[in-house]
Amino acid sequence: MHADQRCVLTGTHFINGDAACCEGALSAGARFAAGYPITPSTEIVERFSARAPQVGGLFIQMEDELASSIALQGMVWAGQKSFTVTSGPGYSLMMEHIGYAAITETPCVFVDVQRGGPSTGLPTLPAQGDMMQARWGSHGDYLTIALTPNSPQECYSLTIKAFNLAEQFRVPVMFMMDECVGHMTEKVVIPKAEEIEIYPRRLASKPPGEFNLFEAGEDLVPEMAHAGEGYKVYVTGLTHDKRGYPVLNPKAQHELVTRQFEKIRRAADELTIVETEEIEGADVVVVSYGITSRVAQRAIQMARDKGLKVGKLRLICVWPFPEKLIRELAPKVKALVMPELNMGQMVLELERCAGGKCQVISVPHAGGTVHKPADILAAIERGAR
Amino acid sequence: MSTTDFVVHNPVEDLLRQDRVPTIWCPGCGIGTTVNSFAHALLGQDIDLSKTAIVSGIGCSGRVSGYMNLDSFHTTHGRAIPFATGLKLANPELTVIVYSGDGDLTSIGGNHLIHAARRNIDLMVVCVNNMIYAMTGGQAAATTPGSSMSTTTPYGAFEPELNMPQLVDAAGACFVARWTSFHVMQLERTMAKALKKKGLRFIEILSPCPTYFQRKNNLGDALTAMVDYKKRSKIKHGCHTWETALEPGGDIIVGEFVDREREDYLTRMRRQLGSHYSEFPEQTEEEISEGACSEC
Ligand SMILES: Cc1ncc(C[n+]2csc(CCOP(=O)(O)OP(=O)(O)O)c2C)c(N)n1
Ligand code: SF4
Ligand SMILES: [Mg+2]
Repeated sequence: MHADQRCVLTGTHFINGDAACCEGALSAGARFAAGYPITPSTEIVERFSARAPQVGGLFIQMEDELASSIALQGMVWAGQKSFTVTSGPGYSLMMEHIGYAAITETPCVFVDVQRGGPSTGLPTLPAQGDMMQARWGSHGDYLTIALTPNSPQECYSLTIKAFNLAEQFRVPVMFMMDECVGHMTEKVVIPKAEEIEIYPRRLASKPPGEFNLFEAGEDLVPEMAHAGEGYKVYVTGLTHDKRGYPVLNPKAQHELVTRQFEKIRRAADELTIVETEEIEGADVVVVSYGITSRVAQRAIQMARDKGLKVGKLRLICVWPFPEKLIRELAPKVKALVMPELNMGQMVLELERCAGGKCQVISVPHAGGTVHKPADILAAIERGAR
Repeated sequence: MSTTDFVVHNPVEDLLRQDRVPTIWCPGCGIGTTVNSFAHALLGQDIDLSKTAIVSGIGCSGRVSGYMNLDSFHTTHGRAIPFATGLKLANPELTVIVYSGDGDLTSIGGNHLIHAARRNIDLMVVCVNNMIYAMTGGQAAATTPGSSMSTTTPYGAFEPELNMPQLVDAAGACFVARWTSFHVMQLERTMAKALKKKGLRFIEILSPCPTYFQRKNNLGDALTAMVDYKKRSKIKHGCHTWETALEPGGDIIVGEFVDREREDYLTRMRRQLGSHYSEFPEQTEEEISEGACSEC
């Protein structure tokens, strides 16, 4: 299915990442959103509140992030595509409802434009400190998908991808921007609607009476019916059976949780979304994501100028973590270097997957600005020795 | 005629998910009684039940959504109203009812109640007030009458209780009423009336929890509660909501307190947006397959 041309601003634009994210959501078919203002994410919903009514949609500014993170799910169960947008403190408030979206298999997108934390932290300055929260923030066992754009262009195209993955797997997708990509202004090319692939909602193929809202087929992803379609859907955050009815015992829990895990796990290859450069034969590979990947690019160039064999691995989908790729890569290199704007979060996954087969060097940063390329270069040189 | 030919059909049954009966509710619990009034009120309407959704939070009262044969949403504790808000805004054709408990709607979800009333969003909100957090075993709530016993107020509660009608009235709801689970007929009529209105309609129902509230406070069984409700209730339609505060052992003011016309959220939004709002009709098969050129 292609994007609806009525929502697509085809052309070449000079806009920031927040605006691009808004356009990406519209191109993906989201015409409804709920949110609560917070720097540095607010521009997304400011733009959306102007754009949505033009296409029969709306933005509602809720009373807090607890409200927006569940209102958007009401919008989805009414048959729409929807998202919410926030940053640090607001993201923390949304955690309960990420779990609700996971257990009820509500396809939706949570955008977090990361800023310095903890708490109110650095409201206007960048960080990547919510990466583990994106994976583990809500209680209980669930898996999410998380994408990390590194440019306004990707804020556009990966937002569409985020919506597509949400529909394909019926999961909440975390769109992990950072203040830098959110606020940087660059060229953004929006293609023609017919060139934009949209993953349509997997609607019930059986009539009411024969359809079970949480019965999954081969790929473990159930089809969906909405309120008002005659299906009398039953949606609960309690552990439930294939009809959606609460069943509170270990067997039902096992079936539900393992299926919801498995539907993502078995798509690991498809969800390995990375950008690589000169990995083959490299002594050191720099692994990074988001804005940090652009600083790393400079450090990599400096190292190559010094004659070092350095590869680049940029994570575009951070969750699920590209485990297989790292397991294969680790024995072939001397070191993996990971700069990130936190005190060392994703590097824990990197270490786990490298399994001691090479050195893993973390280049932490408390946030507020980006790394100095020289600091990443120093780590590369250490790894190459 | 043999007795087997004689089938008694209770019309309310069609509105319940028969495959989920028996309910989790205790004998003597008032929640089921309120559901009976609600079902009767729904049956008397000319609304399309396949386009009617019911949303609950968490609690004994929060289980109501799951027993109704409608589109049922059992959300998180306190968040039924914002979920329902999203549901209604994204599909205005739906009739959306929020049905939940006093703790859910006025403590953890109190802020949402205020703002839903302020927005006058088109929802009917039914609050079962058993004056306690029942589902979790009888802890004090914002509605627990002063000096009552609960598991977290072993020396008696010392916080004053909330007057819900006053709160919701002040915030701007277009319809505010209160009954008890003794007033089954009046409740049905009020619900029927509220179902026909547009905007935020709020109905509080005092309801006994014999298992926790009644027992902890030596208030006897469910029948005693009915006798007590009957004795203490004073019907005062149109009463100022500042006069409806509940006091331990005092009068229970019941009736329809507020019934006013106020533009609801969506109507106002459309009016104000005027020409900035564009309808977004479903694309025809033809348009989709031909994929109208985005540059035209
Ligand atoms: C975030 C959160 N906090 C606490 C709870 C535990 N909890 C479940 S029901 C409930 C109280 C419900 O009280 P009320 O809304 O009055 O409903 P009742 O059971 O009395 O009908 C509480 C505190 C929860 N489920 N979620
Ligand atoms: S605990 Fe109280 S409120 Fe809950 S079902 Fe029993 S009687 Fe009703
Ligand atoms: Mg209660």
